[in-house]
Amino acid sequence: MTRAVISSGPIGGNEPVVHIDMSTDLDGILMPSPVLTASGCAAAGRELDQFFDITRIGAVVTKSVMLQPRSGRATPRMAETPSGMLNSIGLQGPGIDVFLEKDLAWLTDRGARTIVSIAGGTVDEYAKLAARLRVSEGVAGIEVNISCPNVENRGQVFACDPDMAASVIQAVKRHSDPRTPIFAKLSPDVTDIVAVAGSVVRAGATGVSVINTMLGMVINPDTMRPHLAGITGGLSGPAIRPVAVRCVWQIRQAFPDLPIIGMGGIRTGLDALEFILAGANAVSVGTVVFHDPSSPMRIHEELEQALVERGFRSLAGAVSYAHRPPDPVFEEDDLDFISE
Amino acid sequence: MPVQVKGEVLDIRRVGSYQVLSLTAPGISDIARPGHFVTLGIGGEESSMLLRRAFAIHQVQSRGVYGGTLDVVIGVHGKGTRWLSERRRHDVIDIVGPLGRPFILPRERVACVLVGGGYGSAPMFMLAEQLRERGCRVDVVVGAATEERLFGVLELKRLASTLTITTDDGSLGERGRVTDVLPELMDRVDAALVYACGPMGMLQAVADMATARRIYSQCAVEEAMACGIGVCMTCVIPVVGEDGVTRMLRSCVEGPVFRGDRVRWSDVGTIPPDTLGAPVEGGH
Repeated sequence: MTRAVISSGPIGGNEPVVHIDMSTDLDGILMPSPVLTASGCAAAGRELDQFFDITRIGAVVTKSVMLQPRSGRATPRMAETPSGMLNSIGLQGPGIDVFLEKDLAWLTDRGARTIVSIAGGTVDEYAKLAARLRVSEGVAGIEVNISCPNVENRGQVFACDPDMAASVIQAVKRHSDPRTPIFAKLSPDVTDIVAVAGSVVRAGATGVSVINTMLGMVINPDTMRPHLAGITGGLSGPAIRPVAVRCVWQIRQAFPDLPIIGMGGIRTGLDALEFILAGANAVSVGTVVFHDPSSPMRIHEELEQALVERGFRSLAGAVSYAHRPPDPVFEEDDLDFISE
Repeated sequence: MPVQVKGEVLDIRRVGSYQVLSLTAPGISDIARPGHFVTLGIGGEESSMLLRRAFAIHQVQSRGVYGGTLDVVIGVHGKGTRWLSERRRHDVIDIVGPLGRPFILPRERVACVLVGGGYGSAPMFMLAEQLRERGCRVDVVVGAATEERLFGVLELKRLASTLTITTDDGSLGERGRVTDVLPELMDRVDAALVYACGPMGMLQAVADMATARRIYSQCAVEEAMACGIGVCMTCVIPVVGEDGVTRMLRSCVEGPVFRGDRVRWSDVGTIPPDTLGAPVEGGH
């Protein structure tokens, strides 16, 4: 635990700006910032690069790519909900060929660190995607999306079943570059997320990304039918943040050294701090980007400021800090002893 | 390239059923073109309404005492637009823009017909001005359910060679729809281009009429969006590409202006089975 009193900044005039070490290491992915984009909320980085320098954040986590081009679901695909939203995109995307040729190539040229999110309908599809990424330049890590709620069959949400989740991760592990870190993206819609985390870790996952959206639904009071064409959708945004923090906390309790990317409703630096204190080594920001496209760098700066204000000398020093033992309580006798 | 700025409310005024909101918009107004839109953050910093609301840019002023300013027209449909309609002078609103692909203007001096449904006439003002500057003849048709729901009739009269008004209830202009008067107008002025903005049904009818006459049409769609900048994939509609392949395109970055003959209007809201990557039998 490294804590220190930060000395005040330059004398007079402006507010003191103190910088601390914000870097984080996700088992080999070295990043200058712990703030990443959340998969599905940043496309492949290009659009957001208009609003902030995407090479300055930790990494761009790209929208989940599948083997084949995919149209996604019919519209309406979205509903605003209190402090959140439901989406039912259904993994629309160009397929791995176009992704590698256009999106990943652009990200690599741009100098961004890229964590590629992959999704498949079968274990074999994940294996093939991993094999394609093995021979591609510019893959800092792989996030395995086994928890997208917007699929036709709930049985395809691999993250809801520890054994299915493990078979996907094993397949990705077997076919990907052994040096490439693999993060399993988990669903909060399970009875015991720690059991699923344990299962993917035993299967070879480097770490976990928690959480994906939660399955939800909105009925339109005018049409008196489900609002989304896909009927159900994934709930995201600050509404789910306490659930996400709880998941990070539980997994950190069970796995003291596991790399964890925390996400779910982060909107400010203080929100990100909650995740860091709960045990996340890095955070992804998603829905807030729709609200504020410049937010990833803002959140980085606010998080740094929040850490400085609390006396931390580095981001790493704050990871899991909420798990520390209770502060010692001094009895009167102890104080007598000290004063002697 | 779009920017994100804090805009100050200069004025908000009622026009018929709508509110016109004037905002400072440094860096946006000077590069905005007809058909561009902006998104506005709703509810302030602690808002529980996370999704930005999209509005066609109605007017811009790139110089003057306030630097750049822009106007948008707001129809109150729900909580977010109600919040906007309650803003007052000096309030600050987060603006992102200019966004989307604007209307394409013709090189030649050709006759253009502009069609606005309801407050869909809002982006037609800038468009009409710029077409006239190029020497194009501009005829405008506006329609709405009632007179109250029309927007900017007097001003449009000044900008257009002719202005035709239709209302469903006959409260102003001709009773009926814009499409009742459009064919005769297109033929009379020998229109080369039709521009339209309004509800999907109207856009479909206008596009079909134009295409049947081999007239090029450009339609600005109003589709529900979450981000407005191309990352969320919620605002997609089926559009046929030059290669003949249908793709689900984002209205925010590949639109909002589409070629009328390219959009599969009857299939909006669905994934046509021949779309690239459409679900196959047996599901995903």
